[in-house]
Amino acid sequence: MKVLVAVKRVVDYNVKVRPKSDGSGIDLNNVKMSINPFCEIAVEEAVRLREKGVATEVIAVSLGDKACQEQIRTALALGADRGILIETDVELQPLAVAKLLKAVIEREGIEFAILGKQSIDGDNNQTGQMLAALAGMSQATFASKLDIADGKATVTREVDGGMQTLELTLPALITTDLRLNEPRYASLPNIMKAKKKQLDTLTPAELGVDVTPRVKTLKVSPPPERKAGIKVGSVAELVDKLRNEAKVI
Amino acid sequence: MATLVIAEHSNTELKPATLNAVTAALQIGGELHILVAGGGCAAVAEAAARIPGVSKVLVADNAAYAAQLAENMSALIVEVASGYDAVIAAATPNAKNVMPRVAALLDVAQISEITAVLGPDTFERPIYAGNVIATVQALDARKVITVRATGFDAAPAEGGSAAIEAISAAHDCGISRFIDERVAKSDRPELTAARVVVSGGRGMQNGDNFKLLEVVADKLNAAVGASRAAVDAGFVPNDYQVGQTGKIVAPDLYIAVGISGAIQHLAGMKDSKVIVAINKDPDAPIFQVADYGLVADLFAAVPELSATL
Repeated sequence: MKVLVAVKRVVDYNVKVRPKSDGSGIDLNNVKMSINPFCEIAVEEAVRLREKGVATEVIAVSLGDKACQEQIRTALALGADRGILIETDVELQPLAVAKLLKAVIEREGIEFAILGKQSIDGDNNQTGQMLAALAGMSQATFASKLDIADGKATVTREVDGGMQTLELTLPALITTDLRLNEPRYASLPNIMKAKKKQLDTLTPAELGVDVTPRVKTLKVSPPPERKAGIKVGSVAELVDKLRNEAKVI
Repeated sequence: MATLVIAEHSNTELKPATLNAVTAALQIGGELHILVAGGGCAAVAEAAARIPGVSKVLVADNAAYAAQLAENMSALIVEVASGYDAVIAAATPNAKNVMPRVAALLDVAQISEITAVLGPDTFERPIYAGNVIATVQALDARKVITVRATGFDAAPAEGGSAAIEAISAAHDCGISRFIDERVAKSDRPELTAARVVVSGGRGMQNGDNFKLLEVVADKLNAAVGASRAAVDAGFVPNDYQVGQTGKIVAPDLYIAVGISGAIQHLAGMKDSKVIVAINKDPDAPIFQVADYGLVADLFAAVPELSATL
C-alpha cells in the first residue's frame, strides 16, 4: 500500500510574525522556516505504517517554490522513501493544493493519505477534507489513533467533548491531531541518507490543474492591542478588582 | 440572494454556536434558511424555526446523517446548496470536518473562521494564530464560509416562526461507518459557551491538582480549560485544550493559572473580556495580556481564591 503525506513549508512555530507596515503581506525577511508541525506528525505516522509492514512506500509531497525541497528533505530524513515537489511561484490556496494532490494520488495509485489538520500560517483547516472529497476517499479528520487491517482503517478522532471512532473503507485519508504520535528526531546518518533519496519535480501544468487563486487578500494588519493591565498584590485585592472594577463576578 | 446556515446540533438540541453563525449570515444579507440534518432531529428543527430572521428551516431527518458523517453530510449540503449564494456554518469541529468538502465539491474556496463581515464578499479572519488579521475577498460567485463564534454576538433564540420543510434526500455513501463515541459528561457549562473559564497549565503539576481549579469553577459557574502543555502532559483530556489548534474562547472572565502564555495558547483566549493570570514567574508572557496579574504560588493563591469567593 502506497501512502502519501503532504508537508508544508511554514514560518517556524516559535516565530512571532508581523505584517509589513504597508499591510501588503507578512514580513518573511530572515524568518526561520520549518515543516508545519501537523505535517511532521503525518510523516511520523506514515513511516510507522511502513515500519509495521502496512505501507510499502511513503511518498512526501510539498507544493510551492523551490525552497520547499528543504521540507521534503526533512520528511525523507524522518523516513519517507521519496519526494515530489510540485513547483510554482503562484500563491497556492487549499482548493488548488487539494486538486494537485488528487492528481498525484491518481498518478501514483495511492491508497492512503495523511495530512496535517491545519497549517499554522493560514489556519484554514481545509486541504485534507477537500482532497478526500475530490479523490473520493473516505475521511477521518483530527485523528488521534489509527489502525489499518483488512482493507479498513479504524480511526479515533477528537470531537467536541470527547473521542469518536470511525471505520473507513480504503482508499482513505486522515488528518492528524496533536496526539496521534510524537515525531522522532532525524539522526545525522538519516539526514545524510535523505540527500540521496529520489526527489522529482512536477508543475501544476504537467498535472493539468488550474491553480488561479480564488480568494484575494486585500490587506493584513496586526490584531487590536489589549491595553496594559496591572499587577495586584494579593488574592483579596484581585477579588476586589474583579467585583468592583471589572464587575465580572 | 439567499443564505443557508448549517445547524450545529446533537440531534436533540440546537447548539448555541448556530446563533453566532446566524448573526454573521444576517450581516452578509439575503433571505436566511437553516438546514438541520440529523437523525431524530425534529426538536432541533423546531428550535431553529424560532430564531428571528430565519424564513425557512429545511430538515433532512435520516439515519444517514445521525452521526454527521462527513461524506454523507457534504453530499446532502452540496445538493441543497444549489439554490443559495452562501453556505455558512459555525466553525465547530463538526463543521470543520464537513464544510471544506462542500466547498471542494462546489469547486469554490472556503473562507475559514471569519471574525467580521465587511461586505457580501469581504471578510476579516485571523491567521498565524491570531497574530495577523487578514482582510480577504472571496472571488467565487458562491461562498462557503465558517464563522468563529467569538467574533459575532449570538442571535436571539426565540421570537421567530419560520416554516419547516422536510427534504427526503438520503445520501449514504457507505465508505465510512460510525463505531462509537465517548463524550465526557459534565455538569459545568461548555468551554466555548461559558461566561467564566478557569484554565490550568503545566504549573498545575498533575491532574489531581486540577481539583483546585474545579472548586473555583464551581463557585463561579465556570468551565475548566487547559493549555496544550497540560493536555500533552496528560493532566486533563484533550477537549480541555484552549488555543490555536484547540478551542477558541472569549468569556467575560478568563483565569489562567500556572500558564506561561505561549503564542498558541494566547490565540485561543486573548479576546476574553477580562483576563486574570496567576503565575509565580513574574516574566511569564501571560502577564502581557492579563488585565490583572498576580505573581504568586498557585498552590497558595488558588485555595485562598476559592475561600474568598
